[in-house]
Amino acid sequence: MLKENEIKVGDTHSAVLVEDLKRTQIVQYAGASGDYNPLHTDEIFTTQVAGYPSVFAHGMLSMGLTGTMLTDYVGDGALKKYGVRFTNQVWPGDTLTGKTTIIEIREEDGEKVVDLMIETTNQNDVAVITGNATARIES
Amino acid sequence: MAIDKFLVEASHIMMFARSVGDANPIYHDEDYANKTELGGIIAPPTFAQSSAQFDPDYFLRPKIGGEGWFGSGKEPSGAKPSKDSSGGGGGAAMGLHAEQHFEYHKPVKAGDVLTATTKPGNTWEKESKRAGKLKFSESVTEYRNQDGDLVITATGVGVQTERAVDS
Repeated sequence: MLKENEIKVGDTHSAVLVEDLKRTQIVQYAGASGDYNPLHTDEIFTTQVAGYPSVFAHGMLSMGLTGTMLTDYVGDGALKKYGVRFTNQVWPGDTLTGKTTIIEIREEDGEKVVDLMIETTNQNDVAVITGNATARIES
Repeated sequence: MAIDKFLVEASHIMMFARSVGDANPIYHDEDYANKTELGGIIAPPTFAQSSAQFDPDYFLRPKIGGEGWFGSGKEPSGAKPSKDSSGGGGGAAMGLHAEQHFEYHKPVKAGDVLTATTKPGNTWEKESKRAGKLKFSESVTEYRNQDGDLVITATGVGVQTERAVDS
């Protein structure tokens, strides 16, 4: 868990979430999450019927990858809120970098928390996820 | 969606954590997890999404017993598109996920048995250059554990697009 006397507003943490995303990892997420929408795993359906250039990642895979970066920073079981908007699709071959920034340190329900801004970008610096989170910290 | 029994199992958590690139031992190493303050294996923050596995009617899973499936087989699509699903990615019910929000009230641990109930939220429309008319709809799912305690509130926003999104 983050400690109040070791952090300040403006602090950032970032991590490479995935390099050269493979179709197999998207299949892995489909199996684990139970979302078998063929748009994510079936190249023939997605290009010939749905009209996309290729399969693409579940938004929730990008949110899950971003969540890994987030919990590595704030600690296990510390999150109170985590929310995102999916701003662009994530394609096989993409390399994603997640970044989170402390925007406020405050009190909520009698405990100390941080508010965080989140952005995950691809190799072209295009945001694929924007969001925010609130996490408990040690005072 | 209503789910009567979402069994939170350690092996499922391990598989889910792997799929999101998370090697944290709190998700797969019981000996390690038991010694932490949390006292055992916990679920990663987006794990509740995999409750779809426990929804008997989940429409994005091929069903046993031949209702057909819209993915490719002999033909590019195994099912004829329904009338109201033209454009928007083609095929059946091609919604895309626009937003997802989680509120965590209590940790979800391996061994928990959750129930989930979903209520519809707001709906709205927007014009977009990249995908035509967008129809947004919100759904709010409450997850409760075996003690009846609210553990997670999940709010999803889906969008139906008029045509495939230009990239």
